[in-house]
Amino acid sequence: MTEPTYEHHEYDVLIIGAGGAGLRAAIEAGQRGLKVGIVTKSLLGKAHTVMAEGGMAAAMGNVYPEDNWQVHFRDTMRGGKYLNNYRMAELHAKEAPDRVWELEQWGALFDRTKDGKILQRDFGGHRYARLAHVGDRTGLELIRTLQQKVVSMGTDVFMECKVLKLVHDAQGRIAGCVGYWRATGEFVTFQAKTVILATGGAGKSWKFTSNSWEGTGDGHAMALWAGAKLIDMECVQFHPTGMVWPLSVRGLLVTEGVRGDGGVLRNSLGERFMFNYVAEMFRAETADSEEEADKWYDDHTAGRRPPELLPRDEVARAINAEVKAGRGSPHGGVYLDIATRRSAEFIRRRLPSMYHQFMELAGVDITREAMEIGPTCHYIMGGVQVDADSQQTVVPGLFAAGEVGGGMHGANRLGGNSLSDLVVFGRRAGIGAAEYIEAGSFATSMDQASVDAAINEALEPFERTEGENPYDIQHDLQEMMQVNVGIIRNAEELEVATTKLDEFTERVKHIAVKGGRAYNPGWNLATDLPAMISLSKAVTRGAILRKESRGGHTREDFPLPDAALGEVNFAQSTDGGNWDSPVNVVASPLLVMPDELKALLEEAH
Amino acid sequence: MAEVTLRVWRGDSSGGDFENYTLEQNEGEVVLDVIHRIQATEAPDLACRWNCKAGKCGSCSVEINGKPRLMCMTRMDTLPEGPVTVTPMKTFPIIRDLVTDVSFNYVQAAKVPALMPPPMPVGGYRMFQEDVERGQEFRKCIECFMCQDVCHVIRDHEDNKQHYAGPRFFIRYAELEMHPLDQNDRRDLIREDMGLGYCNITKCCTEVCPEHIKITDNAIIPLKERVVDAHYDPVAWLGRKIRRKTKTSALDAAVQPAP
Repeated sequence: MTEPTYEHHEYDVLIIGAGGAGLRAAIEAGQRGLKVGIVTKSLLGKAHTVMAEGGMAAAMGNVYPEDNWQVHFRDTMRGGKYLNNYRMAELHAKEAPDRVWELEQWGALFDRTKDGKILQRDFGGHRYARLAHVGDRTGLELIRTLQQKVVSMGTDVFMECKVLKLVHDAQGRIAGCVGYWRATGEFVTFQAKTVILATGGAGKSWKFTSNSWEGTGDGHAMALWAGAKLIDMECVQFHPTGMVWPLSVRGLLVTEGVRGDGGVLRNSLGERFMFNYVAEMFRAETADSEEEADKWYDDHTAGRRPPELLPRDEVARAINAEVKAGRGSPHGGVYLDIATRRSAEFIRRRLPSMYHQFMELAGVDITREAMEIGPTCHYIMGGVQVDADSQQTVVPGLFAAGEVGGGMHGANRLGGNSLSDLVVFGRRAGIGAAEYIEAGSFATSMDQASVDAAINEALEPFERTEGENPYDIQHDLQEMMQVNVGIIRNAEELEVATTKLDEFTERVKHIAVKGGRAYNPGWNLATDLPAMISLSKAVTRGAILRKESRGGHTREDFPLPDAALGEVNFAQSTDGGNWDSPVNVVASPLLVMPDELKALLEEAH
Repeated sequence: MAEVTLRVWRGDSSGGDFENYTLEQNEGEVVLDVIHRIQATEAPDLACRWNCKAGKCGSCSVEINGKPRLMCMTRMDTLPEGPVTVTPMKTFPIIRDLVTDVSFNYVQAAKVPALMPPPMPVGGYRMFQEDVERGQEFRKCIECFMCQDVCHVIRDHEDNKQHYAGPRFFIRYAELEMHPLDQNDRRDLIREDMGLGYCNITKCCTEVCPEHIKITDNAIIPLKERVVDAHYDPVAWLGRKIRRKTKTSALDAAVQPAP
């Protein structure tokens, strides 16, 4: 083959992904005088962060002065069923308020309290009203603020560029990556002293998901292929409230803010069923009557929390059980009712996008009728194992922040903890990268053979005139994962998934793509599929090993948590190489928590 | 079984033509669903841009039956009977099929002088809901660029793009000018380099905004008053001094330390 020619760029810090974490990392590294490049699969400002609705958790104490980082830390650890990297949960709780205030200095306009401070709203699993927000479009505010800051700094942003693979130097340090421009299909290499993965999530492997086409787990997969470790991959969050009808929008997110603002869940008999699903762990702090629960919204000292605001894993399982018991809605969900509980004016002001979304897409006026909702694949707690303080992986020069990182949320993420995660750890990754460069031992050349191999592999589908349609494989993968690796799992189905994933792996090797390289979605999908399959295998493998139920991982054959398994993360890694290389798994013990933090968890409330 | 027909423009910068796709009709579908079904079957290389499929990211802007629309928010059953025509946005250069080169907008974004706030007091700035609400309306913008697409100043006159920011950026400037914390002054820039004067208030932008932002009434007209008055009218200049004072008062209040 003749030597390919392609564009080449060089940076101190290359960031893959332009959502909240990537942009925050870019700002930090840029402010430290480093040459920063950002690569994104989409246009700038379109990342999945815009989909975040309810808010950004930070113990600022603006609404409840008794709130503080210690309570936020405790809530996060309890929500995560103690599988969290405690140090990440600690840093997150301590630093989130400063990250919110900093956004305000960059132009964000949050909703206000009567005395002019940033207003905070209630969400599941948070003891106090803690989410800074802008109506129900907080993610848009976050991304626009960071985007405008990055643009004002003159940072280079490479849009609609798909990264295929990370590239090392001869010593095994990260040296950059190879990708292609979607517009032309031409290849490009980025050489960098450090690479920060900020690629977000992976929900696109499931049929019903709140994630956009971008959520294909690229960063998770590329990290695995490059020698980093993935932890807690079995822990996938199914958000309790996704739209269920019309079918074409099934899975589309309905913000938890609906419940935070007074919305309740009812089954087809009209019962407020969540009272029947309060787990022992949350019983002491959850109301046991509708009357008590309803007092709480206005005054958190007048009653205990409504059960609708339990952590997401609890609520999703309850909805699943109601539907299974035959008490579901006509389209296989349950009802989320705010219409009978709040005024039309209140609903339109607090939840404008939800009002709009249901009106336009389902023809439902949520100020008059209940919404039909059900669980939707939303978030992956699992991710790349990193050092909490620096976000560095075990591969020198490789960092990860945001949803692609693992550990912060343990087995289940609390709503509102994701936006704050992005900015807390995006910033830390920027600092981590700067310090790594300062230490002076970084890569200065890329392994050319690895670049060539990635390019050849990407072009293979064009060489076949007959073969698999990538859309068929994607469709079959999503159906299969939905059925076999969904919200409730068992050994038998997970074995089926394992076999099927091996079949999909073979099918991907026989993809034939029609058309040319310029903006060809069929080809783009073909290059996303290796990551989607690697990701799905990692989730399935983790789910087989974790023979217990914990947070976002529920086994019907092991319905209870197992204390011993609660002490370990399962860490998956390859010896490097190809996307279908064998994966090793080891049990990696959790960090040992200092006594003063342990005391916070045990404290009575 | 009822059917739907999409008439989709296919081609690139060298030219192209319409192609018809007829599929069975599914309940509740939006235009983007039908495009996706075409991609999954007949035309895997049909280029379109999309992300969230929920009306929140503004990626899937095209022209449906000649009008700028988001494909993800346009239900098939709301369109008139007969074939549905889907074309790329006219104002921007074609990349391929329904995908256009919207880099004009990113060039304009880079020209906007950033917010210039005073140092933040301990405990954060104080701002009041009525003061942030004006800016919040403009920050609902999802950057679908359909207001830019429909604006005849650049839709019909390519050369105007050199010196015209367009409605999306007029709301951005308005937002910054009305921001309670801002200490920057962009009025000369807006008048001289951003071409605010070219807008003759036909409100086409407001009509296509999927976020229902009152672009003309709430951003462009107040911005015009502010900019033009500042330059030509001594009485308004005095008025501006007073209004400026109002802005300064809000600013003073914002940096009062928390009690």
